[in-house]
Amino acid sequence: MAMKLRTFKRHFREGFKNSWRNSWMTIASVGAVTTTLLLVAVFLALMMNLNHVADNIEEDVQIKVLVDVTATEEETVELGEKIEAMSNIESVEFSSRDEELRSLISSMGDEGSPFELYKEDDNPLNDAYIVKALDPHDTITIASEIETFDYVDKVNFGQDVVENIFSFNSYARNIGLILIIALVFTAIFLISNTIKITIIARRKEIEIMKLVGATNWFIRWPFFVEGLLLGVLGSVIPIALLFTGYYYLDQNAAVINKFDFITILPFSPFVWQLSGIILLIGAVIGVWGSVMSVRKFLKV
Amino acid sequence: MIEMVDVKKTYPNGVIALNGVSIKIEPGEFVYLVGQSGAGKSTFIKLIFREEVATSGEIRVNGKDLVKMKWREVPMLRREIGVVYQDFKLLPKLTVYENVAFALEVVEESPRQIRSRVMDVLEQVGLKNKARFIPDELSGGEQQRVAIARAIANYPKLLIADEPTGNLDPETSWEIMRILEEINASGTTIIMATHSKEIVNTIRRRVIAVEDGLIVRDQYRGDYGYEA
Repeated sequence: MAMKLRTFKRHFREGFKNSWRNSWMTIASVGAVTTTLLLVAVFLALMMNLNHVADNIEEDVQIKVLVDVTATEEETVELGEKIEAMSNIESVEFSSRDEELRSLISSMGDEGSPFELYKEDDNPLNDAYIVKALDPHDTITIASEIETFDYVDKVNFGQDVVENIFSFNSYARNIGLILIIALVFTAIFLISNTIKITIIARRKEIEIMKLVGATNWFIRWPFFVEGLLLGVLGSVIPIALLFTGYYYLDQNAAVINKFDFITILPFSPFVWQLSGIILLIGAVIGVWGSVMSVRKFLKV
Repeated sequence: MIEMVDVKKTYPNGVIALNGVSIKIEPGEFVYLVGQSGAGKSTFIKLIFREEVATSGEIRVNGKDLVKMKWREVPMLRREIGVVYQDFKLLPKLTVYENVAFALEVVEESPRQIRSRVMDVLEQVGLKNKARFIPDELSGGEQQRVAIARAIANYPKLLIADEPTGNLDPETSWEIMRILEEINASGTTIIMATHSKEIVNTIRRRVIAVEDGLIVRDQYRGDYGYEA
């Protein structure tokens, strides 16, 4: 649809003029968009960080293959090669029973000293292979496959923990998404109702435009511009708060956070990306709500 | 200009407004449409303007088939038809000039052309000196002249006037009629629905009388024919 530049300018002028003329309605609509986008921003920031943490935890999931104590040195190497030959694994690391004992003792701190007694030949632990899957979601299938190999005593991968993390993550994602969609639709509804009130006053104008042969798009464009303006104005405060809030969080995260495996997404580019998303959602809410509300009045 | 063949129109509430109307109106004609309220005059006009779609029959206006017409093409049809209503339908917040210019902005004329055309048509209806007034500052007759100026701004081949003198006193009505006759003299076809026996009987033109959804009389240089 080719539009002349001056027609384009006219639609912009009209759109801005209308928002100015109905300033109370504009404030009400912008308020609705602002509230929605604030909630959406908080939800999105939470969800994306949760995802980030979940990804980190998933990355850390590993399989420990305990080698049968009766296996000879060659047999142990043979098992290692067999695991390494699997297609969907990222890495295989050998950890001897001595290393296993040492890491056990150090992980228990002061309480680990009694285990010192088990050194040398009394060490009850097995040699082990530490396996990481290429895709953490394959962990369970890989583990059960390795379990069928010879010279394997046991395969540990914290089955319960892994399954729980995976299902929790997918729940959290879906619920967050549903909430955001519900919020967006509520806002569209609010805006289209607010604009409808201003349109009733402009009904006569639309009617006359139709009588003199205006196309529907010619009538719609100023409303499109008005909706876009409402959406963009409504995203200003949420984006400003997002920048300050996340900056503060980012500065203090290291102090608050004692668990170094939980890290928040870095300020840049995360805040920029999220701001872009917020602006886009705001624009869509505004335009959709506005264009929807004219629809009824175009049928003549 | 206009051709109707066995046109019927039934509204969704069951009211039969037109019950088989066939008519032919040639370019350049001046036609009065008379009949009591509710006889089907308004529906007749709305069909020509494609505000309503016929239930059955054929309608051709200016060579366009209105039955097969897609809604996208309706604006183009309306640009070839000017309309004037009893209640003027002017935008109260806009000046006389802006009200007329509005019709040309919609069809995306250039600002220069709009300016000269608006002044031309305002001169034609004798309101050039009131271009900056708003409708409320004008008399009824003047407001109707603004509406006529708007209707002819886009050089329509057909002008529809739905009781244009309905809200005006007799003296002002004659003024409006003089302007309409001038427009007709320049080649524009005019269809005018009216209740004014005086006008119809004085300025003798073709008269189409509608009653109960049917054309009961079609007479050149006819009279009003009803005892008002």
